[in-house]
Amino acid sequence: MDAIELREPDRLPTILFSHFWVALYSGMTFRQAMYDYEGLAAAMLKAMVDLEPDGYQPVHAAVAFGPTMDILDYKQLEWPGHKGLAEDVPFQYLDAQYMAPEEYEDYVRDPTGFMLHKYMPRVAGAFEPLSQLPYYPGVLHTRIIQSMESYARPEVRRALETMIKAGEEMQKMRAIQSRLIQELKDLGFPSTAHATSHAPFDVAADYLRGSKGAMLDLFRNKDRLLHLLDRLTVLIPPTAIESAKAAGGNMIFVPLHWGLDGFMSPKQFTTFFWPQFQKVLLTLIEAGLHPHVLWEGDCTSRLDLIKDVPPGKCVYFFERTDMFKAKEALRGKVCIRGNVPASMLIAGTPNEVREHCKKLFDTVGDGGGFILDASVGVPDEAKPENVLAMFQCAKECVY
Amino acid sequence: MEDRSKQLVQMIADMQEEDAVKLAREMLDAGYDPVKLLGHCREAMEMVGKRYAAGEYFLPELMLAGEMLKAIGDMAKPLIKQDTSGAKTAGTVIIGTVEGDLHDIGKNIVTFMLEINGFKVIDLGIDVPVSNFIDSIREHKPQVVGLSGFLTLAFDAMKQTIEAIKAAGLRENIKIMIGGGQVDETVKTYTGADAFGLNAMDAVSLCKQWVPA
Repeated sequence: MDAIELREPDRLPTILFSHFWVALYSGMTFRQAMYDYEGLAAAMLKAMVDLEPDGYQPVHAAVAFGPTMDILDYKQLEWPGHKGLAEDVPFQYLDAQYMAPEEYEDYVRDPTGFMLHKYMPRVAGAFEPLSQLPYYPGVLHTRIIQSMESYARPEVRRALETMIKAGEEMQKMRAIQSRLIQELKDLGFPSTAHATSHAPFDVAADYLRGSKGAMLDLFRNKDRLLHLLDRLTVLIPPTAIESAKAAGGNMIFVPLHWGLDGFMSPKQFTTFFWPQFQKVLLTLIEAGLHPHVLWEGDCTSRLDLIKDVPPGKCVYFFERTDMFKAKEALRGKVCIRGNVPASMLIAGTPNEVREHCKKLFDTVGDGGGFILDASVGVPDEAKPENVLAMFQCAKECVY
Repeated sequence: MEDRSKQLVQMIADMQEEDAVKLAREMLDAGYDPVKLLGHCREAMEMVGKRYAAGEYFLPELMLAGEMLKAIGDMAKPLIKQDTSGAKTAGTVIIGTVEGDLHDIGKNIVTFMLEINGFKVIDLGIDVPVSNFIDSIREHKPQVVGLSGFLTLAFDAMKQTIEAIKAAGLRENIKIMIGGGQVDETVKTYTGADAFGLNAMDAVSLCKQWVPA
């Protein structure tokens, strides 16, 4: 907390953020990490004890959903051993159009109805019959009673049964995750990610329109897109606020995909990305939360804009952004986190890693407000000796 | 017609999609030579490429330019009678996302930028097995091979692909460039590539440097 609130802690703090590295470190495969909840818990515990970071992001929430996806016939991801993908690769999101351009108005008018009737049936086979459920805003009084009929239809009944089965599977995973979080807490390791949130443009581009559709919409459907983004500024925060409350914490992980230099022009960034995302951040902060924003790619040219947030509340986690420039621009405003390069952790040596970490501490660590991490968390293929060197080095970096 | 062709070039370069496609349709309907029309498209694409290189245009503009080119190409190509397949190219590039990685936005943008700069690009797609690269190199004899990958697993897949190209005795006559979210000098050395690029302009510069006009 000292680092986030821009004070000097005793020494350089670290967070362990990993998708598959902790599993691979214990000899598990990518597929096992997604399916074996107990094995993953043991692997995470071992990694935590070996590395002794100051915080961590729960790994089950990041990867352990293989069995639930099987039950649902989930379609937005390819994962190891599923369909065409080999067993020794991580899961990958399938970029596609999940909302047609003519459906903007449907989403904006009734987001829940759209998600239930249109979106969910597109992302998993099990949800297809949900399209038969009534549109409730027009179903009132005795029509509510009559509407129960639709739930007894054979295909809807099957969907509900499958969803209950998926829910039970998710409860199994959650129970093991909760037990691990408690065990780690007892060992003195707090979680630093209690919920996840998003930038409005990322929701539009990644999850609704697909990357191609979203890019073309900057020209073809500009007004519709702006209207949707406005709605998302209101729709996105409550989910994160409620989830954090349920998890009993105040740290929100916010991975960004479209904010980086080179994807959009500065004008497009200030029209379609930053103002709406800034609103989301302010809402989360007002609710007493600390967003850890992962700015993917290089965002050096955005620094002057994105520094405009209340001081001591956010953590900006940078992948390739110039950390020295980031420190200059964000000093006294935002705690920065990162960014030992993935390439160094995979192909470099422990000495190179140590030198890099020391250099970051000496410059970016000046005055506190800095958390050491890899560039987008520990890469799956990182050499264990390099990861150990990174966390060990932080212990030697004393203020 | 002279004025209209200039207007068309300007509309495409300025991202006026609807007007550009409409004007192209009108010109073709009025009997305008489809080969000349595609020449204007190329001229417009060169302007788009220059604006991208100058930091004035970004990915959304490249995406829209590609859409306009496709729409106009689809109207013009069926009207072309002469064979243009023997047209001279700046060089041949084989490109693909390496095995295990399913990402293609970066690869597609690089392909588009190379094509508008006159290169013939053989796009092998995503999750490309090593053997497909080898077969394609044997068939097309490219000057450059581009390996794309977004995930860190791509580092090893790139390394294995390059080693296999070497083992097949095909490495000497080609240049290999790698690109993707996390590549850098360390990854270049690790994989044995000749160069890495962080964006589509880097790819174009490398190919122009390696394949002199």
